[in-house]
Amino acid sequence: MTSTLPPPERAGLKRPRISARTLRTDRWWTPPLWTVLGLTAFLVYGLVRVLQQDHYWVADYGYLTPFYSPCLSASCAPGSAHLGTLPWEFPWFLPYALFSLPFLLLFRFTCYYYRKAYYRSFWQAPTACAVREPHGRYTGESRFPMIGQNLHRYFFYAAALIAVINTYDAALALFHGREGGFGIGLGNLILIGNVVLLWVYTLSCHSCRHVFGGRLNSFSGRPVRYWMWTQISRMNSRHMLWAWVTLGTLVIADLYVALVASGTITDPRIYN
Amino acid sequence: MTKRTFHVWRGGGEGGLAQYEVEVNEGEVVLDVLHRLQATQCPDLAVRWNCKAGKCGSCSVEINGRPRLACMARMSTFEPEESITVTPMRTFPVIRDLVCDVSFNYQKAREIPSFTPSPDSEPGDFRMQQEDVQRMQEFRKCIECFLCQDVCHVIRDHEENKEAFAGPRFLMRAAELEMHPEDTADRRKISQEEFGLGYCNITKCCTEVCPEQIHITDNALIPLKERVADRQYDPLVWLGSKIGLRKGADTPVPPNTRKRTSSPEQ
Repeated sequence: MTSTLPPPERAGLKRPRISARTLRTDRWWTPPLWTVLGLTAFLVYGLVRVLQQDHYWVADYGYLTPFYSPCLSASCAPGSAHLGTLPWEFPWFLPYALFSLPFLLLFRFTCYYYRKAYYRSFWQAPTACAVREPHGRYTGESRFPMIGQNLHRYFFYAAALIAVINTYDAALALFHGREGGFGIGLGNLILIGNVVLLWVYTLSCHSCRHVFGGRLNSFSGRPVRYWMWTQISRMNSRHMLWAWVTLGTLVIADLYVALVASGTITDPRIYN
Repeated sequence: MTKRTFHVWRGGGEGGLAQYEVEVNEGEVVLDVLHRLQATQCPDLAVRWNCKAGKCGSCSVEINGRPRLACMARMSTFEPEESITVTPMRTFPVIRDLVCDVSFNYQKAREIPSFTPSPDSEPGDFRMQQEDVQRMQEFRKCIECFLCQDVCHVIRDHEENKEAFAGPRFLMRAAELEMHPEDTADRRKISQEEFGLGYCNITKCCTEVCPEQIHITDNALIPLKERVADRQYDPLVWLGSKIGLRKGADTPVPPNTRKRTSSPEQ
């Protein structure tokens, strides 16, 4: 191929030397600020609740907070350990949901949306589009440890399994009516709503989209996988929304269970 | 007609901002105002433009710090008293004023191995279904304005990464070919190792600035990252290749792949 101009470096051309970090005049710093506040608030709340090791189970109505599911310590409240317990009591610094919380945390940590969120807000790479980042060197996700982000799909598989357990918890709570048998209260609605939205967030994951159809080079002759890919793509377009909504519903579900379990409020019953 | 304050970059890389008071009419875009500047105050102002309809991708500049097409930036979207700063794209060397040398992009385009159909298929044999066409059609909307390349912090803030990173526009091209039902080449390894897909941290600025609203990150870069993970970071795949279960499972690397050279002269 012919070229009429020498390469820019040989022609002595330079990039525009603009000293300002950015010339943007809008409030570009507000979204990362809100992200820092939102994620920090969730992490602090979650840490406090996980270490509290109390008020996670409402025996009367079978409400178990998702932060303690599945409860695995021998010291779990009677009836709360739906999958059985390990033979020893956990010390104060170990979460009762020892096998699920780390995977859920890693699922969200490696999630393509949260990566964008914390790279921009915490790591400032970049803080906002067309705003100079403060780092002298950048290798992105090409090296250890960030190359581990590529394991997202395995945390997706784990999160899907945990969502099954959360679904089981929410379904089981429907059979803890005041008089025994089926019953439904506000707590049930909150737990079910949380589980539904957790499924939406989990299934709208980019790895899920890839596994169910994205990895195919041709959809022709595979109508079921094409349909699944299409539906997941539809949910995936709002993955950010589901990511934030589920943080909110997790806090609401946990807080509600904590308030009822501690006797601060009583659970309004709709039926039985 | 009102008067607006414009700050426009003049000169080459070492140039600076010059202030102008210029008339603006209702319904005009920034490119119209730049043309009025040329016509009335600075006839030597260099601006690259062509279609004035957001389809040629020529008039890429940064307006108040945001990478945009000058022909699609309506003056009515700015506050009445807001001054407007127009600078060339920061990622590329400036030839003069608002015109950049974007040959970096042409170099990267040449490095992407071309469409590689099966040698067994005759021209005209292949029939592509609509659902497969649709997935790639989105990427074909690209007008090569290079705003995504400009905004990507990997090369915008770290010029030293230009050798290792092809940028979102060309990773999207690699993804498009990788998804093509008739393309037989395995582009996963070269996407990671030659075109620097791992540098992308999916902060979605490329998607934000795309004037064609292509979902570059969600529909091209992340699916390509997932395909690379299939090939290179899946422990089960790794184990399978170690114990010999995956011999011949990978399609070959395209024959016209760039060979890394130690000297740019070669």
